[in-house]
Amino acid sequence: MSKLEQLRQTFSDALAIPPDQVMDDLRFNSIPQWDSVAHMALVAAIESAFDIMLDTDDVIDMSSFAKAQEIVRKYNVAL
Amino acid sequence: MTDNEQPVGPFAIRQSDKRARLLGRLQALTLHHYTHCTPYARMLETLHGNWREASTLEAMPWLPVGIFKHLRLASVPDEEIIRELRSSGTSGSLQSRVLLDRETAAAQTKALARIVSDVLGRARRPMLVVDRIDLLRSGEALSARGAAVLGFGNFGRHHTYALAPDLALDLDAVKAFLARFSDEPVLVFGFTFVVWRDLVQALRARGERLAFPSGSLLLHGGGWKRLADQRVDNTQFKNAVADALGIQQVHNYYGMAEQVGSIFIECEAGRLHTPDYAEVIVRDPITLSPMPMGETGVIQLLSELPRSYPGHSLLTEDIGAVLGEDDCPCGRMGRTLRVDGRLPRAELRGCSDTRPA
Repeated sequence: MSKLEQLRQTFSDALAIPPDQVMDDLRFNSIPQWDSVAHMALVAAIESAFDIMLDTDDVIDMSSFAKAQEIVRKYNVAL
Repeated sequence: MTDNEQPVGPFAIRQSDKRARLLGRLQALTLHHYTHCTPYARMLETLHGNWREASTLEAMPWLPVGIFKHLRLASVPDEEIIRELRSSGTSGSLQSRVLLDRETAAAQTKALARIVSDVLGRARRPMLVVDRIDLLRSGEALSARGAAVLGFGNFGRHHTYALAPDLALDLDAVKAFLARFSDEPVLVFGFTFVVWRDLVQALRARGERLAFPSGSLLLHGGGWKRLADQRVDNTQFKNAVADALGIQQVHNYYGMAEQVGSIFIECEAGRLHTPDYAEVIVRDPITLSPMPMGETGVIQLLSELPRSYPGHSLLTEDIGAVLGEDDCPCGRMGRTLRVDGRLPRAELRGCSDTRPA
């Protein structure tokens, strides 16, 4: 599985939605499954999957699946 | 999460610049809410008929904070509301209802992040939440405590809850947390009274003392009323925390569900700081005229964040005093505040029996 697919699967698992719903324009608070409570679990899942530790600013800026890719790349993960 | 403008402050703007900046932003908000929230427009016309002429922050119209317990006030269409906060923090048994859209919720989150990062730094820390493990339930309207844990949760990782659903101290969970993160500073967060009763006092009752890692920080808010009833002040609180937990760095914050995000955080010098996004005015409890610095009265809070509901200018039910401007030993700009507690048994009503100064 590519790293990008791994990120998509992490979203799918953490938010309990099908992987094909995890598109670039999937946005925070746009579906009931991705609310603030789920966001905490999602961040933890991403950190664990890629063995990285996000800063507070990145946790807050992670407002879409596209943005999540951009942020994860900052931590030297080649998606 | 859309604006790309340079982050402000959060405590960088001198008082004179800040007042001019805020006045323009708050006037625009008043007009926005007047245009988009019919009940707000009616209240303005009734209570503050000359609101259009307000040329100072002190002259701006305000609502009594208790209004959110009686009216459902929104300045955006219902389909844009993504979250409803409920709070029973103000006097009486009714709950406030605060309606947030995506834009306002994001602005609150960002403001809170900038303010808290100013004392905590940018790196997230292992976080012990001093509250019930089942506090956050998806789907329900968020309690003020739940909203606070979510907002402050962004500064933590490996969130661990210190209390069982019945608020009993889960000492095993706390000790496991300490064993796992024994060599890095952690963040402890909770409501002031919950930290006092369910952690500090609970540890005392068991004859237990804990040693949190050096550099750990306790952040707590939610008011002193119940502690004041037990004659516990900030100094005693800090001493007890240092004794029971070994934590030296303790910061109180003052904030409310009706103005989430623009909180007042206690600095190293022990003063509550007004962030760049907000202002505080103290008014005479009887005449409601603005009071000089240092004098104790009713606290009015102004915040540039509330856009989805008309909460940008609120007369609270708290009493306190402005301590200074741009002159705190810690170096942060803006006004510093002392909060003394709640107005005794009073609920200021804006409907008929008070008039603005």
